[in-house]
Amino acid sequence: MPSDASALQLVLGADPALMAIVGLSVTVSLLAVGFAALIGLPIGAVVALTRFPGREAAIVALNALMGLPPVVVGLAVFLLLSRSGPLGSWGLLFTPQAMVIAQTILVTPIIAALARQTIEDLWVEYRDELAALNVGPFRRVTTLIWDARFSLLTALLAGFGRAAAEVGAIIIVGGNIEGFTRTMTTAIALETSKGDLPLAIGLGIVLIVIVIVVNALAWIARRAGERFAG
Amino acid sequence: MKTRRTAIVLAAIALLAGVSTASAQDKSIVVASTTSTQDSGLFEYLLPLFTKKTGIAVKVVAQGTGQALDTGRRGDADVVFVHAKAQEEKFVAEGHGVRRYPVMYNDFVLIGPKSDPAKVKGMKDITEALKTIKAKPASFISRGDRSGTHSAELRLWKAADLDIEKELSAKNLGPWYKAIGQGMGAALNTAGASGGYVLSDRGTWLHFKNKGDLAIVVEGDKRLFNQYGVMLVNPAKHPTVKKELGQTFIDWVVSPEGQKAIADYKINGLQLFFPNAGASGV
Amino acid sequence: MSMHGPAADLPIVLQDVSYRVREIAILDRISLWLVPGAPTVLIGPNGAGKTTLLQLAMGLIEPTGGRVKWGGRPHVPPLRRAFVRQRPTMLRRSAAANVEYALASAAVTRSTWPARTAELLSLVGLDGIGPRPARRLSGGEQQRLALARALARDPEVLFLDEPTASLDPAATKAIEDVIRAVAARGIKVVMSTHDLGEARRLAGEIVLMHRGCVVESGPAAEFFAGPKTSEGRRFIAGELLV
Repeated sequence: MPSDASALQLVLGADPALMAIVGLSVTVSLLAVGFAALIGLPIGAVVALTRFPGREAAIVALNALMGLPPVVVGLAVFLLLSRSGPLGSWGLLFTPQAMVIAQTILVTPIIAALARQTIEDLWVEYRDELAALNVGPFRRVTTLIWDARFSLLTALLAGFGRAAAEVGAIIIVGGNIEGFTRTMTTAIALETSKGDLPLAIGLGIVLIVIVIVVNALAWIARRAGERFAG
Repeated sequence: MKTRRTAIVLAAIALLAGVSTASAQDKSIVVASTTSTQDSGLFEYLLPLFTKKTGIAVKVVAQGTGQALDTGRRGDADVVFVHAKAQEEKFVAEGHGVRRYPVMYNDFVLIGPKSDPAKVKGMKDITEALKTIKAKPASFISRGDRSGTHSAELRLWKAADLDIEKELSAKNLGPWYKAIGQGMGAALNTAGASGGYVLSDRGTWLHFKNKGDLAIVVEGDKRLFNQYGVMLVNPAKHPTVKKELGQTFIDWVVSPEGQKAIADYKINGLQLFFPNAGASGV
Repeated sequence: MSMHGPAADLPIVLQDVSYRVREIAILDRISLWLVPGAPTVLIGPNGAGKTTLLQLAMGLIEPTGGRVKWGGRPHVPPLRRAFVRQRPTMLRRSAAANVEYALASAAVTRSTWPARTAELLSLVGLDGIGPRPARRLSGGEQQRLALARALARDPEVLFLDEPTASLDPAATKAIEDVIRAVAARGIKVVMSTHDLGEARRLAGEIVLMHRGCVVESGPAAEFFAGPKTSEGRRFIAGELLV
C-alpha cells in the first residue's frame, strides 16, 4: 500500500489494498457472527426456557463471558492451533479461518446472553397465553425466537460491532500478514507503530463509519420491530 | 426452516474447509521475521520480486526475534529471518533450524530528542554515550521484547559495564530505564512522546513517519553493526514445513540476484541494508 | 362443524377437587358437573377461586386433591377446549397473524387459513382489522381478538375468565353479543364474571363461589328469583364482598 498517499485520498479513491483490508475485516466478523448465532441463539433459548440445576450459575457465567478479554481468547486459540498444539494438524494458524474461530468464541457469549434475556422477557409475557393455546414445547421456542426477531437482530449487530472493533485476538492468531490476515484494526495497530499516523487515522475513520452504520441498522431494526409488531 | 438452516451450516463448514485446503495446496510459505525488517519496508520491496520470479507467495508474520524463533520452534513457520546471531546459532544447535545463512547487515543508531538532555550528540563511542545517559540519568526506552534489537541493546549496556537484566531482576534500576515490551515503532513513538533515548535499527528509523522531535545522536560505532541471518525450520522436527519452497526462498535471498535486490532498497536515496551472504564469521 | 372425532369432552366432572398452593387452600373439595347446554356462569367475590376453577376445568393446572374428568376420561389433552384469559396476551404480530397462529396450533390446513381468519374476525365483529398490529388494538378489540383465537380451535367448550372486566359498556355489549352467538351455535360456554347484570343476561346456570367452595349452584332463573343460601342472598344484595 502506498503509505505516502494521504489517508483521505486512499479512502475516497477506494485504493484496492485498502478495500481488501476492509473486505477482510467485514468478512471475518460477519462469518464469526454467523457461527456465533448458530451456537449462541439455541443456547440462549435453552437457558431461558428450561429449568435445570445450576441455571442461575449458567446465566451469571454467560453474562460474565461477554467480557472475555480478546487477547486471552487469542492466546488460547493460538495455543490450540499452533502446529505444536492439539489442533496443529489442521494447519489453521495465521489464516483468516483462525481469526473467524477466535472471533466466534468472543461473540458467542454476547449473542447467547442477550438472546437469553430477550427470550426470557418475552417468555414471561407469552407463557400463560401459549399454554392456554395448547402450544407444544418446540413450537413455543420457534414462536419466541420469531416474535423476538428484531431484538435478536440487535443482539447480532452488537456481536458484529464487538468483532469488528477488536484487535487483540485476531492479531495473535492471524499474524497480521499483509494481504492475507491484515484487517482494519490490525492495520491500524501496525501503521501506528510505524508512525504512519495519517494512514492509521484514515483506517480508523473507515472503521468508525462502519460501526456507526451497524448501530444505525440496529436502531432501524428496533423501530421496525416496534412499528411492525407493536 | 430447519432444512434451510442445515443447508447454511453445511455451506459454511464447506467454505471453511475449502478455503483451508486451498491454502494448504497453494504455493506459499510462512516466514517468521522481525518487526524491524517489516517496519523498514524491506519486505514490501523485496518479496514481490521473489514471488514474480518463483510464483511462491510469502506470508510474513512479523514479531520480535524471540517470538519469531519461538514460532519456528513450534513449527508454525517454514523460514525464520531474524537478526540475533547467538540466538540463531542456538536455534540450529537445538535442532530446530537446518542451517544458518548470513544474509545482510545494517546498523543500529542511537536516537534521542533534539534537545539532547544527556549531551551525547556526536559521540563516537556508543558505550560512553550509554554511560553518560545512565549517569545523568536521562530517560531511556528499551524494547524489552527479546528482539534482535533488544539483544543488541543489552549487549551494548554490558559493554558499558551495566548488566541490565541483573539490575532489573534485583530492582536496582531507576525509573529512567523504561522497558515497554513492544516493537521498534512503538518504542520510537514512546521515546518521541516522552523525550527519551532509544536504540533503533537504521531501517526502521528512516522509514518511521512520526519522527517529531527525535534525531540520530550517535552512529558509526563498529559495535552498532547488526547482522541478519535466515534459517529453514527443520523438517525433521516439523514434517509440515514446506522445505523445498522454504529453501527456494533462502537460496534466492543469498543468491547474487537477491543480494542485489537487497542492496537496491533505498529510502531517500540511502541504502539501508548491506548484503553479505558470502562473508565469513558474521 | 366438528372436525374432530366422536369422543366428547363434556360433561366435565370435578370430583372432590382441591387446589392448594403451599398452605393455602384456594379450592376446597369442589364437586361440579359442567354439561352441554346454556352457558354456565361462575360468580362470587374476588379470591373466591373462580379463575382457578376455570383453569382446572380447562386442564391448564392439575388439582392437588380429587379428579377432573372430561367425557368420563381423566387426562384428556385440550384439543376441543379453548380458554380466554382475563387479560389476554397478544402475540407481537398482526391481528390476522394471531388468529392464524391459533389455527396453526390447532393443526388446521394452511390453505383454509385466509377464509377461516376472515370468518372468525367477522364473527367477533373485527372485520378489516386483520393487518393491524394486535398490540395496538383497544382493550375491547383485543378481547374480541382473543375470542376469535379461541374459536379458531373449533372448541366444544369455551372458557372465559372475566371477559368484560376491563371494558367500557359498548365493548362489553359487543363481547356479550359474541358470547350469545357462540352459545347459540352449540358451544358450551363456561365463564366467570363480576357483573351481576351480565350474569343475569348470559347465564343458563349459575355457580356461586365463596372462599374456595361452591356455595350454591343451579338454573339461573331460579337463583335470581330467590337464592337458597344466605351467601346467595347477600351476594345479590351486594354485601358479599370477600
